[in-house]
Amino acid sequence: MKLHVDWTACDGRGVCTELLEEVLVEDDWGFPVARDGQRSPTVPPPLEAAARQAVDRCPMLALKLRSR
Amino acid sequence: MSDALWYFARGSGVVSIVLLTIVVVLGIGSRSGKPAFGLPRFAVSLLHRNAALLAVVLVAGHVISLLFDPYAQLRLFDIVLPFAGNYRPVWQGLGTLAFDLLVAIIVTSLLRHRLGARTWRVVHWLAYLCWPVALVHGLGTGSDNGTWWLWTISIACAVTVAAAVGWRLSTGFSRFPARAERRVAPRLRKELEEVR
Repeated sequence: MKLHVDWTACDGRGVCTELLEEVLVEDDWGFPVARDGQRSPTVPPPLEAAARQAVDRCPMLALKLRSR
Repeated sequence: MSDALWYFARGSGVVSIVLLTIVVVLGIGSRSGKPAFGLPRFAVSLLHRNAALLAVVLVAGHVISLLFDPYAQLRLFDIVLPFAGNYRPVWQGLGTLAFDLLVAIIVTSLLRHRLGARTWRVVHWLAYLCWPVALVHGLGTGSDNGTWWLWTISIACAVTVAAAVGWRLSTGFSRFPARAERRVAPRLRKELEEVR
């Protein structure tokens, strides 16, 4: 699964970086950045539940989990 | 039995307003984008949601018990149509209004991923109307409106929400207060100053 961030919607509230610490890190302005440097970081299977929770909790609905 | 319903309705009403107060404060806390109340951000958000769902259960109990209560004489349409009741119609109507607003807020939240963030947010702002309406309903309609304990609870709730709203409106509320300013392109910033 890949995590897609809609940058026009993202407000850097920081919920996803807490729930998905292994994949995302905050930049200096609080916006999520992939640790692997990809635009849409790959979410390994053990972290899919956490990723789904991050998608669900995003206050701006800026996250999507896609299979490719 | 009829007295039991009446007491249950009153008790669940009081617990509901306390829970709704907690929900409003947690909602404001999760909007701040900062860890609040000693909890990480995602926990504030989840606690806000779960406390809201618990409040819905209490409010449902409050309404259903009154539906079968011989004092309140609630008809089925009194649950959704405000100010038409037999028993203290204005005060009861405020409760109905708060209930309608609560239902709108909850339903749009559950369908948030289908409705989109903007629609959800606009409806969610109704919470700032729903909460005071519910509080006034509790103080006005209840047969406990002369008691010291109901006033103590209500005033404590009001002070708590007022403090949270004060925090919400303060300049240091969001995590990056300067970020809004940065969104304006530098070459437009001078024009913006002139317009202001």
